[in-house]
Amino acid sequence: MVTLLYFAWVREMVGTDSETLTLPAEATTVAALLDWLATRSPGHDAALADRSRIRVAVDQQFAAPDTPLHNPREIAIFPPVTGG
Amino acid sequence: MITARLQTEPFDAAAEQAALIGARTDLGAAVSFTGLVRADDGLVALTLEHYPAMTLAQLQAIAAEAASRWPGTFGTIIHRHGRMLPGEPIVLVVTASPHRGDAFAAAQFLMDWLKTKAPFWKREAWADGSTRWVEAKGSDDAAAERW
Repeated sequence: MVTLLYFAWVREMVGTDSETLTLPAEATTVAALLDWLATRSPGHDAALADRSRIRVAVDQQFAAPDTPLHNPREIAIFPPVTGG
Repeated sequence: MITARLQTEPFDAAAEQAALIGARTDLGAAVSFTGLVRADDGLVALTLEHYPAMTLAQLQAIAAEAASRWPGTFGTIIHRHGRMLPGEPIVLVVTASPHRGDAFAAAQFLMDWLKTKAPFWKREAWADGSTRWVEAKGSDDAAAERW
């Protein structure tokens, strides 16, 4: 099981701030995970439509689209950060 | 040593700088930067969302990177989250070094990396009740990458 966390407008578009689920076998990388997640609901699909505006952290480390997923516990999906 | 704190309440920049310097007499330069909520075009509040499990660790990692690049530089980072009003401080970076070059560079580095590598998201609230998520700027990415 993995906990997915959503922040900012990604959270609003998906419609929840977190969900816990079992990743399918094809979710071997961050990009593949996003492809699969987009099929879960119209909200997921809309939130993830423009991948250039999506950033991901795997187990609290920033990750690239080609980052492999090895039994992650927590994956956060969010827009580019705007702090400071 | 550069320390980092995450808090909802405002901070006193002058008091933080005084605390950083303390009784030390080996420091020749202190630089203090405060980011403020700017009331653009009728903005009434700014709310900063963040990633609680990751934020402080990421601030500390950025602080550690600066400490390794500018040995002998001391510093304090404070980043607020939650709701803030125009004129309030958002973020503080104070650095102190034996010489001004390191203090200036470390402060600018810290701000450039905080802008692009710390998991915060700003939402603007307007007088008519509407809200808008702030878009990341390409110029901030360029500023972070030059280091």
